[in-house]
Amino acid sequence: MEHNMQEIEHHYDEMEIICERPATLLDARMHYCPGCGHGVAHRILMEAVEELGIQEQTIGVAPVGCSVFAYHYMNIDMQEAAHGRATAVATGIKRCYPDKYVFTYQGDGDLAAIGTGETVHTVNRGENVLIVFINNAIYGMTGGQMAPTTLISQKTSTTPYGREVPFMGNPLKITELLAQLPGAFYVTRQAVNTPANVRKAKKALLNGLKWQALKKGTCFVEIVSNCPTNWGMKPVESNQWLEENMLPYYPLGDMKVPSKEELENG
Amino acid sequence: MAKIRGDVKIDIEKCKGCELCVVACPQDALTLSNEINKQGYHYALLVEDVCNGCKSCALVCPDAVITVYREDRSGKKTPVAEVRNVTGDITIKVGAEDAAN
Amino acid sequence: MGELRLMKGNEALAEAAIRAGMDAYFGYPITPQSEVLEYLTREAYRRTECTILQAESEIASINMVYGAAGAGARVMTSSSSPGISLMQEGISYIAGAELPCLLVNVNRGGPGLGTIQPSQGDYFQSVKGGGHGDYRLIVLAPATVQEMADFVQEGWDLADKYRNPVLILTDGALGQMMEKVDLRPQVDRKAHDAPGWATTGKTGDRERNIITSLFIKPEEMEQVNLRLQEKYRLIEKNEIRVQEINTEDADFIIVAYGLSARIGRKVMELLRDEGMKVGLIRPITLWPYPYETISKAAEHVKGFLALEMNAGQMVEDVRLAVNGRCPVGHYGRMGGIIPSPEEVVDEIKTMYSKIQ
Repeated sequence: MEHNMQEIEHHYDEMEIICERPATLLDARMHYCPGCGHGVAHRILMEAVEELGIQEQTIGVAPVGCSVFAYHYMNIDMQEAAHGRATAVATGIKRCYPDKYVFTYQGDGDLAAIGTGETVHTVNRGENVLIVFINNAIYGMTGGQMAPTTLISQKTSTTPYGREVPFMGNPLKITELLAQLPGAFYVTRQAVNTPANVRKAKKALLNGLKWQALKKGTCFVEIVSNCPTNWGMKPVESNQWLEENMLPYYPLGDMKVPSKEELENG
Repeated sequence: MAKIRGDVKIDIEKCKGCELCVVACPQDALTLSNEINKQGYHYALLVEDVCNGCKSCALVCPDAVITVYREDRSGKKTPVAEVRNVTGDITIKVGAEDAAN
Repeated sequence: MGELRLMKGNEALAEAAIRAGMDAYFGYPITPQSEVLEYLTREAYRRTECTILQAESEIASINMVYGAAGAGARVMTSSSSPGISLMQEGISYIAGAELPCLLVNVNRGGPGLGTIQPSQGDYFQSVKGGGHGDYRLIVLAPATVQEMADFVQEGWDLADKYRNPVLILTDGALGQMMEKVDLRPQVDRKAHDAPGWATTGKTGDRERNIITSLFIKPEEMEQVNLRLQEKYRLIEKNEIRVQEINTEDADFIIVAYGLSARIGRKVMELLRDEGMKVGLIRPITLWPYPYETISKAAEHVKGFLALEMNAGQMVEDVRLAVNGRCPVGHYGRMGGIIPSPEEVVDEIKTMYSKIQ
C-alpha cells in the first residue's frame, strides 16, 4: 500500500500502556536474525514468567543452537547445557529443587537429534519440567544443515538436492512420539507466525509453566518457527512458507491435554 | 471516529526492519521507514493515524520493540490483565474490550 | 564417634556418600561398580531424602550432575572406564563452568568394552585431561576400603573449596574387596545454604546467576583459562598428598598408587627381607602429582620402578620428576590381570642388576 511516509503525531501521555516489553526480558538487543521466531518465543515465555510472578523461582536451561545465548536475554537464573542434554540438566536441577519452575528451551537438533535419548527419558520419567521445543526444520547456528524435522524435498546445506526419504528417512515427528508417553502431562504444538497463533502459543507456555506446580508430569510445548536466513527468504515470506509447508506436516493443536479432574486435584 | 484510539512506540534502535508488524497490522498503519537506525535497518514506523491498539504488531514482534498504547474515548479505563499466584485462586480482571481479545 | 563395619569397597563409598550429606546421585549401571547405585537406591532416600536416580545413560548422568551442581547441590556420579569415556564432554563442561562435584571411576580393563577385571589404564584419561580443553581434575587414588570411604567427604570438601570436579580413581578389585572401615557420622545435608553463585532462582536482591562454560569472545575465554590455571597452581601448591614408606635409606624406590601400591608394599617387604634397600612412594593425589617427593628421592636412589596395571602411563610422570638422573622402569600387567608380588620382585632384581 502506498503510504505518505510521515510518522504520525504521537500523544502517548494521553494514553495508557496496554502492552510492553516484559521486565523479565533484559534490555539487550537479541542477536537473532530479523524476523526469527526465537525472538517471539523468548518474549512470550518471559511474559508468561512475569505474569505468573515466578521470576524468583524459575531456572531455565539454554541449549546449543541459535539460542545458546538465551541467558543474555532472559532475566532469570539459567544454565547452559551441552548439546542435546538440556533435559538431563533440567532433571538434575528439578530433582534437587522440586518446588522451583524449571524449563528447557531447545531447537530441533538439540532436542530431536543428539538429545533424543535424554528427551524421551525425561518425558518418560514424567519430570515436572517444561520443555520448549523450537522447530524450524533446520540447523541455524551451524549454517543451515538438515535437521531431523527437515521436510521431504527441503533443500539444506547437507541436502543440497532436497531431503530424500530412502537416504535420510522421514522428518521426525518427535512431539507425536512423546505425546504417547504416560509421563507426558501436556503436549501441544503451536506457532508464532500470526498474532492469533502468538496468543495461543503464549497460553500454552503459561499452562506449561503453571502446571508444573501440580507435579503430574512433563509439559511439552513445540513452537513451529521460521528460519528466514537459512531458508533463504525474507521474514514475511518465511512465515508464509511456514504456513504452506510446515503446518500441513506439523499440524497445530493439543496432542495431550490434562482433564479437568487432573487439573483440579492439586 | 473510532471509539478506541491506540498508538505504538517503537524502539527504533532495536528494530531490525523484519516487516512482520507491517504485515500483521490489520489497519495497514505501519511501514518501514526510509531512514535507517545505527544497525543499518529500516525501522518500523506508524504512518497512518488509525491505530486502535489491537496489539497485533507487538504480538508478532521478535524483538519486543513495540509498546502499545490505548485510550478508550468512551471514558472507561482499560485495565491490564492481572494474574496472581498460581497455587491460589486465579483472578483475572478484564474490561469488556480485553474479553474480546 | 565413627562406626566400624566390614564392607565391600563400592558399598563403603556409597555409605560414605550418604553420611557426607550427599544431595543427589545420578548414575548408570556398569560392572564393576553397579553396587554403588544399587546400595544408594536401597539406603539413601530413606535415610536423608536425597535424590538417587538411575539415568538412561552415562551421558545423561553427567549432565544431571552438571545441573544439580550448578544449582548448588552436593552431587556425585560413578562409573567405570567406558562410561567415564562417555562422560568426558560433561566433565569438561563441569570444569569449565567451575562446578564442584564428585566423580568416581572404578577402572576396568580396556580399551574399548574391555573386561570387568581391574586395571589402571585410565590414568592418562584421569590426570592428563580426558575431556577437551585445558582443565584438571583433582584425582584421589584410594588403596584401601577405608580410603574409598574417607575420600568421599574429602573429595567433596576439595571440590567445594576450589569449585572444581574431583575424581576418585579406584579399580574393580578395590571396589569388590571387603575390608574393615571406620565410617564417619552422618552430616545433616540440609544444614547448609546453596552457594551464592548457584541457580536457585533469581531473587530481587541479586543479579541472575548464569552457569556456563561458553565464552565466545577469545579475550574473555583467555581470561577464564588464566583464572583456571591460577586455581590449578594453588591446588598444586596446597593439596598434594603422598605416602612414603622406607624411602629415607632406600636406593631403589617403587612408585605405585591404588591396588598397585598394596602389591608394591608387599614387594618392598619381600625385597627388604632379602637385604635390598627398597622403598615405596604412593601418590594419593594423582593430580596434583607429587613430583617434588620423587625428585628429592632421585637425589639418593639408583632407580625407580613405576608399578601400575597398564602399558605405562604414570611412569611418564615419574620420569618427568626424575628428569634423567637415574633409570626409571615400568612394570605392568594389562587386560585386568593383577601382577603377583613375585613377578614384580623378579622384575626389580633384573632391573637392579643392570643398574649396578
